[in-house]
Parts: sequence; structure tokens; C-alpha cells
Amino acid sequence: MIAIGLEGSANKLGVGIMLHPDNGNPPQVLANIRHTYVSPPGEGFLPKDTARHHRAWVVKLVKKALKEAHVSVQDVDCICFTKGPGMGAPLQSVAVAARMLSLLWGKELVGVNHCVGHIEMGRLITGSTNPVVLYVSGGNTQVIAYSSQRYRIFGETLDIAVGNCLDRFARTLHISNDPAPGYNIEQLAKKGKQLVDLPYTVKGMDCSFSGILAAVDGLATTYGLGGEGKDDETDTPIPDADGNGKPTRADLCFSLQETIFSMLVETTERAMAHVGSKEVLIVGGVGCNERLQEMMGIMARDRGGSVHATDERFCIDNGIMIAQAGLLAYSTGFRTPLKDSTCTQRFRTDDVFVKWRD
Amino acid sequence: MSQDPYTPPPLPKPFTNTTPPPTLLTQGAEAHLYKTIHLNTNTPAALKIRPSKPYRHPILDRRLTRQRILQEARCLVKLVREGVNVPAVLALDWEGQGGENGNGGAWLLMEWIEGLVVRVVFERWEAFIKASGGSLGEKELRREEEKVRGLMRGIGGVVGGLHKAGVIHGDLTTSNLILRTGDVDIKDGESPAMVGDVVLIDFGLAGQSSSEEDRAVDLYVLERAFGSTHPQAEKFFEEVLEGYKDSYKGAAVTLKRLQDVRMRGRKRSMIG
Repeated sequence: MIAIGLEGSANKLGVGIMLHPDNGNPPQVLANIRHTYVSPPGEGFLPKDTARHHRAWVVKLVKKALKEAHVSVQDVDCICFTKGPGMGAPLQSVAVAARMLSLLWGKELVGVNHCVGHIEMGRLITGSTNPVVLYVSGGNTQVIAYSSQRYRIFGETLDIAVGNCLDRFARTLHISNDPAPGYNIEQLAKKGKQLVDLPYTVKGMDCSFSGILAAVDGLATTYGLGGEGKDDETDTPIPDADGNGKPTRADLCFSLQETIFSMLVETTERAMAHVGSKEVLIVGGVGCNERLQEMMGIMARDRGGSVHATDERFCIDNGIMIAQAGLLAYSTGFRTPLKDSTCTQRFRTDDVFVKWRD
Repeated sequence: MSQDPYTPPPLPKPFTNTTPPPTLLTQGAEAHLYKTIHLNTNTPAALKIRPSKPYRHPILDRRLTRQRILQEARCLVKLVREGVNVPAVLALDWEGQGGENGNGGAWLLMEWIEGLVVRVVFERWEAFIKASGGSLGEKELRREEEKVRGLMRGIGGVVGGLHKAGVIHGDLTTSNLILRTGDVDIKDGESPAMVGDVVLIDFGLAGQSSSEEDRAVDLYVLERAFGSTHPQAEKFFEEVLEGYKDSYKGAAVTLKRLQDVRMRGRKRSMIG
């Protein structure tokens, strides 16, 4: 079976083509391409501009993907699209494209939960069977464990997502959004040394990030590090008697990462202790961060377990994960009739009935 | 993936010289609980160690460990002073510099509570009811129910005392309640005794709060815990609330808030 997956819940437009061989061989990625809408430094991506970007690119990407995969339209079994969660306007433009292809080619539609897409792709790539999943991206932050046909949310953010916190701090510092604000923060953080005091907000299994963002933004303002025209060379720290000087931009990025990642590792560890699992799978855009992977690795090692993570091809939003999760659902008989092929900004991970797992 | 058997981190200092050495009881995500002795070999004590977390930045790690262990100890000390049934604090070290490599972990030494965890008491009771398979007469059945009701009221009473003292437990489950009783060794198939004081343990997530919302959530967590672990006993949960009312004057407001907390659906949908 072959499926096309269309993803566009945020600023990435992804098209992927997935093959599940009929003889039971492992699934194959035939094509996985992406085009990202990059906003200028100091700005986020607005829904209307992002939707315009997706509309302009979706046909080109589908054509390119079919060419790359060497498949013709007849070979395709179903068209999978992101039903949610995500930004309304970008989701809609991709859903319209999926409907159009479905009517044009006479193929069935499969609406996919974005979070489940990430989880299923992570499981496929890493081969980890029943991990505790940490899903961290620009729009979502959830600790998930599978139990009786649902991906259950053990802990999550109470306000903004962890990636959103990083992205917005990148905006404060006017760090480039190319290739991704979080990536540039990670590179800058490698030069940081001094840990500044930031709030640490874990509430039971849940986390909160908005207060930390406000605190670190406040520090940037206090030390005059925000805004345009600042780079790392211009501010050299002047250490005081205790060796603590005025923090640099790098120090703030470093402290922000250390604090919020500790919170994520802590809640993940609690979930592992609770369900008795030894494996962790990190998915979502923030999952590319090597410091987060490293911290999670140390925690898992101390528990006698291991951590699984994927690289940017599969961590960052992509079309192939939608095709993968869609195809799993399709093979159990799941279809999305045209009249139900809507999309929604709010779509809980545990709303999906996972028929394809025991 | 390494399959090495798990070795707990080395014990912090005075406990490396304890004979017999402390025995590990449970390992949570946050802390290890040991049984050890205090001052003389006849006085058992509970030792809670918070090992340092190597994944965290050392400064952040020290700050969090110190904050949490002190928070726990402060809550316990306050509750002992208010006469609530909780283990007394015997000693603590929040720096945790006593280990062989200087980071054995912060620790808290507490009074040992002899008795059965309430979860086990209920499990045995449910097993007993199941095993008797309806062969109990009406009178015996009523006596059994009366026992459960009594224990439930005891639980409500201690939770009321806790809230009266201005402390929120944060993790009220039947695993964190001990029935202080001499009758520890009941054979299987016998109905467990349910007399004795109920003692609250594990204040790792506790805090001081005077908001009715926090108190209502505390009760709600307990109610949910009964629903998921002791379905047979859940129908007597009303008794917990009765006991709570008797021991805490501000109960009416909290119970009203509890209604709202119950009515709340699942968490609001999360986007961006």
C-alpha cells in the first residue's frame, strides 16, 4: 500500500510518500520533502502568511514528491492529511489541497492527528516498541505513554509549548529564524557558561513555560541584550568578585535551555517510574536539540534504560509521518469521508483510537 | 541498551557506617526510601534520600534539591506541631555533601511508622470479600462495611487536620497513608483489622497553601485514587468527606469547591 501524506499545521509544508509492502517487509520512505516558511528575525510566522505560503507550494511539492518516489497516481492508495492540532489557516489550506487531490484522483482520504503522526514515525525509525514518549515542538509539549488503544497524556504544558518559549526568546534577541530559531538558540547556548536563576515550574506532572519566558525576557531587557543589532562579539562579560558578571546572550540561551530541559526530563522520569518503562522516545522539533537528547540519555542510563531520538528529517514536522500514521489507520479500515474531512486547531492525542496496536 | 542490574547511588555519610546497613524499600523518580536505625539499634527510622541528578546543571540541581527537601521537612515539622499524624523529622542534610564523592544526595531522616499501607489494607479486604463469595450473612456483611466506614472516616479526619494546619499534601493516594496498627501479620483470607490511627506519609509534593482550590484538588486526587485502585471501597468515599467535615471547620467551602472540580471536564485542549 502507498500513501501520500500532507502536513502543514505550522510553518512547514511537508509531503511524504510511504510504502507498506504487501509481503510484510519493513515500510519504505519513498519521498519526504519539505518547504519551510521563514519569517524575518524578530518576527514569528503569522497564520495568514503561512497559509499563503502553503497554498503557493503544495502543488509543486506533491509533483516533486511523486517524481522522486517514482510512483504514478494509480499506485497511490490513500491521501493522508493533518486534521489537527495546529494553526487554523495553514491546516485549512492543506486540507483543501488534500480534498482536491482526493476528488481529482478518486482516492480515499485519511485524517491524521499530528501528534500521533510524530509518535508513529518515531517508533518506526527507532524501532523502539513501547516507549514513554516526550513530544516537544513549537505547539505541543506532552509526556505520553501508550495504554489500551490510546496514547495517554501523562503530563503536558499548562500554557505555552516549550518550542514556543524558545522561538519567542529568539525573537527577543533578534536571532535568525533560518533554519529554525530553536536551532540557532542551541548553537548560541553552546558558548554560554554562567547559569542565571530562572523560575523552575513543574506542577506535579505538568510544566509551565510562560513565566520562565517572561523572566528571561526581563533579564534580556535589564542587561540590554534584546533588540536588533546585537551580536555575540559586542558584549563580553565583565566578571565581578564572585566570578559572576553581567550575563551574555549566550548565557541566557544556555540558562533557558538548562532550566526548561531539566523540567522536561524530570516529568519524563516520573512517567517512566509510573508506568515502569525503560525506554524514552523524543519526537517533535525540539527533539532535535542535542543537549536535550544528552540530558535525557543520562537520566535513562541511570534508570538502566535508553533514549531514542530521530534526526531533523523526521523530528521536524514532515509529510512522511502523516503518511505513516495514516497508512496504519487505513490498513485497519479507517477512512475519512469527504464531508468529515475538516480540520481542527484542537485535537487531543488521546482522542485517537489506536486500532493498529495491541 | 545496557542490561546491568540497577545499583542505587552510594549512601551519604553517616549512613555508610550504620550497622546493619540501611535497607532499600522503594525507589521513586525523585527519592530512595531506606529503613535504618536512629541513635540505638532498637529505634527504627525512615531515611529518604534525594540523589543528585547528573543530567541537571549542578547549580540548578543543588537549588532544587535543597528547596524540595526543606519544603518537605518544614511541612512535616509544622504538622507535628499542630498535632497531625505524620512522621516526625529526626535530622536532615540539604547539602548532601556527605557521600564518598561529595554528592551522595540530600537526605531526610524521619520517625518510623509501624503499620500497614492503607492500599494493602483495602486490597486484603477486597480479596477477603471476593473469597467469601457472598457466603457472609447480613450481619457479618454489615460489620465488614462498618469497619471500612470507620477507616474511611479516619482517613477523612487526618486529611481534615492536614488542611486545618494549612498544608496541602499534593499526592494523596492510599499508598501514602499508613494504618498504625500492631496487627501487621494477618494471614491471607482473613478480614484485616481496621482500627488504629491513620498516618500521612510522603510529603515530597506538599506545600503550604490556604486556597480552597488546592484543598479541593487534594480531595479530588484522593477520590480518583480510590476510584482507580479500590473500586469496591469507593462507594464508601462519602465517609471520608464526613470525617473531613468533623475535623476541619472550613470543610463546607472546600466541599463546595470539590463539586466544581469534579464537574470540570478533562483539561482544556492545548494549542500553541
